[in-house]
Amino acid sequence: MEPRAAPALGYRRSPDQDAARVARHDVIVVGAGPVGLCTAIDLAQRGIKVLLLDEDDSLATGSRAICFAKRTLEIFDRLGCGERMVDKGVSWSTGKVFFQGELLYTFNLLPEGGHRRPAFINLQQYHVEHYLIERASELAGLEMRWKERVTDLESREDGVEVRVSTPEGDYRVRCDYLVAADGSRSPLRRALGLEARGHTFRDRFLIADVRMKAPFPTERWFWFDPPFHRNQSALLHRQPDDVWRIDFQLGWEADPIVEREPERARARVRAMLGDDVPFELEWVSVYTFSCVRMERFRHGRILFAGDAAHGVSPFGARGANSGIQDAENLAWKLAAVLGGTAPEALLDSYDAERGAAADENIRHSTRSTDFITPKSRVSRLFRDATLRLASRHSFARQLVNSGRLSTATTLADSPLNTPDVEAFASPLAAGSVCADAPLTAAHGPSWLLECLGGAFTLLVGVGRDQSATLGARVARLRAELPGVRVLLVGAAGSGSYDASQERVTRVEDSEGLVEKRYDLQYDTCYLVRPDQHVCARWRSTQPAAIRAAYRRALGYPAAEGTV
Amino acid sequence: MNALILEPHLARADDFYQALIDAHRDLSDDESAALNARLILLLANHIGDFEVLSAALAEARVDARPEAGSDAQSTA
Repeated sequence: MEPRAAPALGYRRSPDQDAARVARHDVIVVGAGPVGLCTAIDLAQRGIKVLLLDEDDSLATGSRAICFAKRTLEIFDRLGCGERMVDKGVSWSTGKVFFQGELLYTFNLLPEGGHRRPAFINLQQYHVEHYLIERASELAGLEMRWKERVTDLESREDGVEVRVSTPEGDYRVRCDYLVAADGSRSPLRRALGLEARGHTFRDRFLIADVRMKAPFPTERWFWFDPPFHRNQSALLHRQPDDVWRIDFQLGWEADPIVEREPERARARVRAMLGDDVPFELEWVSVYTFSCVRMERFRHGRILFAGDAAHGVSPFGARGANSGIQDAENLAWKLAAVLGGTAPEALLDSYDAERGAAADENIRHSTRSTDFITPKSRVSRLFRDATLRLASRHSFARQLVNSGRLSTATTLADSPLNTPDVEAFASPLAAGSVCADAPLTAAHGPSWLLECLGGAFTLLVGVGRDQSATLGARVARLRAELPGVRVLLVGAAGSGSYDASQERVTRVEDSEGLVEKRYDLQYDTCYLVRPDQHVCARWRSTQPAAIRAAYRRALGYPAAEGTV
Repeated sequence: MNALILEPHLARADDFYQALIDAHRDLSDDESAALNARLILLLANHIGDFEVLSAALAEARVDARPEAGSDAQSTA
């Protein structure tokens, strides 16, 4: 393993250790992996005082998450580090599936243009953590402490108190809320006597990161029963720095100790690449996969996120990507509760929404794994029949499942949604994550998601209207909806400006794609949450209806008879 | 809801049955099983309707095992 150009992480004594009274922070996040870091950054950007604790002082090593999905990149953008990730990462949208050496089909995960981010980038987890840590260190109110392990925690009515073990002894510290992002083995989950339940697949996979100059394109390649690895599957992904990820299915009988031996792994890679391609092994490991989840992600003032709360097999890249969506779902809610704009009940919606997302991810991941590793003779029979038919008939290709790749989860059944009452020629109903689109802002070319940012926003179609009547209507909306920004979307050529009114921005739908993707006619409006999910939409801007939907999205019970 | 047709619907029923048996001629049990799997997938795509296919799966399951059959029916 080559040493990483890591940021300076290290234990430093903190004043909390010597404080006469136990120090208190708004939120303590335990675990500085991608999920914990995103949670901490998002909270700090919202003005919350966060303490991030990690028992280690190094970046992730070896083969961990590599595929970061479009939604994750959009979240990184909002967290202020998307550009850096995409610059370093390898962007891809195309996948190929092979069966016995023959190309079965090619898929494109992002066939349409007009999106800022690609379907995926591949980027080693240690780079992702590195950039997130650098971003985190820019933020006032976010303190990271390394080599500090939570050894005990006590949840009380008014907060959580934890005991932290450091190289210089233990100390205690308190918080209003604690986020457990401490990974699949989650010591905090265990400390609370909680479990993540599910099942482990009876199969083993060799995962090798290989450094080489190779002519393969930047695509995801998946083989069923390839000539170089008969009766099993294989997967190839390109990463930055001439590193390639190769997965070999080994079967349940394989001996993990033997398979981990570098010479053995090298032989498998050579069989795939041919004898004349020089390479070096950067990392080898043998894995089994589980699909598990905790029954509930919220336990009073303790909230579980990422792998601590749920786990999936890697086919579909639904681990880190779902964890980062957990982080963004949780951060605005904690900030709203701590800031006094939402009732504590809002936190229950984190469990409802991300629990449903975990179920969806587990369902997809389990189906993929069952296709790749059929559990019974008849399952194998249908799998092989599907592959055989897929080489000749397009219908069977839609049944081939080498991983259904991560997309943003639609929170369709969320209690925070206000369902449509009018017809829309757009799939972006309540619960959907907003689709991106290019537009022109006052500062120049921009993107819809960039302009939506991270606050409650009312997106309003205004066509070519520049009238005083519109101005008056917007002023009224602003007055009726004190917590909501207004983003006016005008037709191409109608001009964009930072309106003179506070919390109002006007942008220009320069390519007409906002209108198209949102069916955004004149006065149509969408109420968008801080995590860029739609919570309601209407054909006209009626303040009372918008206000009711806004309160509902903040977790307040429906007001009686006022709408 | 589209119902599964359980009344006579086959054109040339006897010819179809003969063709089905003929399709398996000279095949080993494994080869026959694979042929049946391909046939089911081809027909399923042709039918296309998930409700009809679910009803057919439940109906086929009735005779698989008495206790399992009644379960499958109640959830169809």
